Amino acid sequence: MTQVSMTVNGKAVSAPAEGRSLLSTYLREALQLTGTHVGCDTGQCGACTVHVNGKMVKSCNMFATEADGAEITTVEGMANGDGSLGVIQQAFQDHHGLQCGFCTPGMVMAAAALLKDNPKPSEAEVRAHLSGNLCRCTGYHNIVKSIMAASGQDVAAVAAE
Amino acid sequence: MPADGGIGAPNKRREDIRFLTGKGNYTDDMNKRGQAYVAFARSQVAHGTLKGVDTSAAEAMPGVVRVFTGADFAEVGGIPCGWQITDKHGEVMQEPAHPVLAQGKVRHVGDPYAAVVAETLDQARDAAEAIEADIDELPAVVDMKAALLEGAPKVHDDLTSNLCYDWGFVEENKAAVDEAFAKAAHVTTLDLVNNRLVANPMEPRVAIGDYDSSAGDSTLYTTSQNPHVIRLLMGAFVLGIPEHKLRVVAPDVGGGFGSKIFHYAEEAFCTFAAKAINRPVKWTSTRSEAFITDCHGRDHVTTIQLALDAENNFTALRTDTHANMGAYLSTFAPSVPTWLHGTLMAGNYKTPLIYVNVKAVFTNTVPVDAYRGAGRPEATYQLERVISKAAMELGVDQIALRRQNFITEFPYATPVAVEYDTGDYVATMDKLEQIADLSGFEARLKASKAKGKLRGLGVNCYIEACGIAPSNLVGQLGARAGLYESATVRVNATGGLVVMTGSHSHGQGHETAFPQVVASMIGIDPSMVEIVHGDTANTPMGMGTYGSRSLAVGGSAMVKATEKIIAKAKKIAAHLMEAADSDIELKDGQFSVAGTDKSVAWGDVTLAAYVPHNYPLEEIEPGLEETAFYDPANFTYPSGAYACEVEIDPETGKVTIEAFAAADDFGNIVNPMIVDGQVHGGIGQGIGQALLEGAVYDEDGQLLNGSFMDYAMPRADDVPFYTVDHSCQTPCTHNPLGVKGCGEAGAIGSPPAVVNAVVDALRRNGSDITHIDMPLTPSRVWSAMQS
Repeated sequence: MTQVSMTVNGKAVSAPAEGRSLLSTYLREALQLTGTHVGCDTGQCGACTVHVNGKMVKSCNMFATEADGAEITTVEGMANGDGSLGVIQQAFQDHHGLQCGFCTPGMVMAAAALLKDNPKPSEAEVRAHLSGNLCRCTGYHNIVKSIMAASGQDVAAVAAE
Repeated sequence: MPADGGIGAPNKRREDIRFLTGKGNYTDDMNKRGQAYVAFARSQVAHGTLKGVDTSAAEAMPGVVRVFTGADFAEVGGIPCGWQITDKHGEVMQEPAHPVLAQGKVRHVGDPYAAVVAETLDQARDAAEAIEADIDELPAVVDMKAALLEGAPKVHDDLTSNLCYDWGFVEENKAAVDEAFAKAAHVTTLDLVNNRLVANPMEPRVAIGDYDSSAGDSTLYTTSQNPHVIRLLMGAFVLGIPEHKLRVVAPDVGGGFGSKIFHYAEEAFCTFAAKAINRPVKWTSTRSEAFITDCHGRDHVTTIQLALDAENNFTALRTDTHANMGAYLSTFAPSVPTWLHGTLMAGNYKTPLIYVNVKAVFTNTVPVDAYRGAGRPEATYQLERVISKAAMELGVDQIALRRQNFITEFPYATPVAVEYDTGDYVATMDKLEQIADLSGFEARLKASKAKGKLRGLGVNCYIEACGIAPSNLVGQLGARAGLYESATVRVNATGGLVVMTGSHSHGQGHETAFPQVVASMIGIDPSMVEIVHGDTANTPMGMGTYGSRSLAVGGSAMVKATEKIIAKAKKIAAHLMEAADSDIELKDGQFSVAGTDKSVAWGDVTLAAYVPHNYPLEEIEPGLEETAFYDPANFTYPSGAYACEVEIDPETGKVTIEAFAAADDFGNIVNPMIVDGQVHGGIGQGIGQALLEGAVYDEDGQLLNGSFMDYAMPRADDVPFYTVDHSCQTPCTHNPLGVKGCGEAGAIGSPPAVVNAVVDALRRNGSDITHIDMPLTPSRVWSAMQS
């Protein structure tokens, strides 16, 4: 076991981890930040997406020890300071961008990474960006719509509901 | 008080707050004090004699608490099947044993034969790899028709063959159907495969067993769509735990789509092991494990024939299906290809004579059971595909042929034993033509051609039977359970309500939609109503959520319980206002005496119920809490018409969905935003089945695409924005809400639309092709183009 330290959602944390422990396991088990979900074991589903030093990373594809000293943001760190929903989270609620909620943390983190680099993405750009995030409930319609709405675009014209 | 946000309002979902902030409480998010972890040792061969299991090396590994094998389960029951089919000869189906851990034989890749319980998950997994199983591999049967041949290897040695049942429906009509075919002016025949699918809810299954030795109580936390059903099946049939000593909790559940209805061996194992070692025991499925243990769906091979007269009226329908059961009978597996499939073969059409034959077959594959739609997609796909083929053969318009044969009078008794109460298939087709802009298709076709792409249009209808169902009827059909739903409405002294429901929400938004119903009835704000579900200790006996039944059945139970609440509250209000019960009216949360200006508020009455100082104690009890059970009189029959437009790249055969429109009739709507979302999701899964998905076994019974790297799940760039409409509403006549259910429609109606569109595109390009089996991968489409 190695002591692994990092900053998660602005807070310094430290906990022991085995060399083979994944960052997703460290977040969920050592830090009890269970908002980050694990939906597969091959790095395909994206439910475990977090930000590592500002970049979107699938936390099941990284060992906890590799994140030593890193700045991590998880879905628990996405709300406003007063606890109200952040812009992306609010757009997901407003446009019914989630159903069972399991893929949702990954979708929110993927959306945040996209909008940081591309503040007004097209529909095609949103869909392409989500190629590493699976959702089984929504058929993606309202996820794409939520992300476009979060970017300040008018989504009223999106195919009738 | 305002009644805003009641029935019909697109209220935002209150559950979203916790899901969006990481505060959901999924089963894997729970850890119990002193918990140990489970890893299963699973068969890597599809079929073999299990001669012995050597656990000694595993037992010596660090952290191992105990290793279990099939021998530990010799004294308990097997995993039960909840539905018994009687075949066309009057014989009951062959029903094999299904031990919790394999005994004597392994029958599919993934069949568990041992399990390690250890201090940590990694230690459990390490030790599971050290278990040595002595397995003599046997030839596997994978193909259903081969499995029925004389001399085929038997999946279960104690059964007479691999045939589970040979079902004929309606057997008495068979001769008349054959005669109609002999007289037909035209017969269209189509062979097709309804591809085997993996449900793949994003949350893998999890089970935590807990045992309180001081009280002798067992608790199972599990990813289930129906915790009461699991309690009943596991308690009564597997472990012998009476219901008052067994609690089953299904907290936030990350999707199910049918695959979390069933009682699985891992649930029984964790409950059993927790008692055996007197510690909580947790198992979390990996995705790879899910592919070889979660029940699969569909997997039908069918020949369907449609007979038409000289005026193109449908005169008879005949269908012959082989349905894969896999290696064991899962909870509802036998009902899917029979009562959930045969009874839907009339579709939206007045075909007078129908005969359905289904042979259910055991193979060395993962068990197959209900997946979103369950039998109804299989019925719809074959029916709508054969109608499209008939239109091609006859050279008539596909929509016109459908319209000509629509059922137009309701109620309508089909020749396959069900009675549709309401519907308007002309209206949904009219609506579809409008929202899909079918009149603009030719212009879009031209634009695609200019880009060098082929374009096609696919249209079809669907009907489904939801809200399963009258208990007395399903009992006659072989169900070993009742299919009612329950609700308890508890009104608190200060006027807020808690509704405890047997329905279970795993993405459907019950916590938002159900309060809209109860609040509307009383005339209060929905925020005053809280929903409790998913825990057998806190809710009345319920049957859970599947078959688009929660609002139609569970919602109706809530209405009945709320009606009882209102009736009692009116008595209290009458007492408070010194008036007759019959003169009390309730509107907008105020009780008033008809024809006077006297009124008392909802909160005054609820307070009086719990502080009964001025109260008719000689007439009614204090308190305000009521329970109701609702057993429906019939299924509900949502219906609709769907259109898909595709483009095909002629160089590669790649299909892209350019547009998808759905016009549905769900009866009355409680929350239109949630209904839209349900349809979107169903269409996404239907497009997945049509273009991408399919579980593939090799001849040795190895699943070739058992991960998300190999099994093509639909991704955001595989699908378009959908156009959905549910303004055509013919309310259900036999439930108090007039609702029909919307959860499965999209998955039922969309696969034939996609396939019809691809075939249409190829034919417009000069091909005479009439069918391609799903999934319509680029290689299949390209190959079809070359033939």
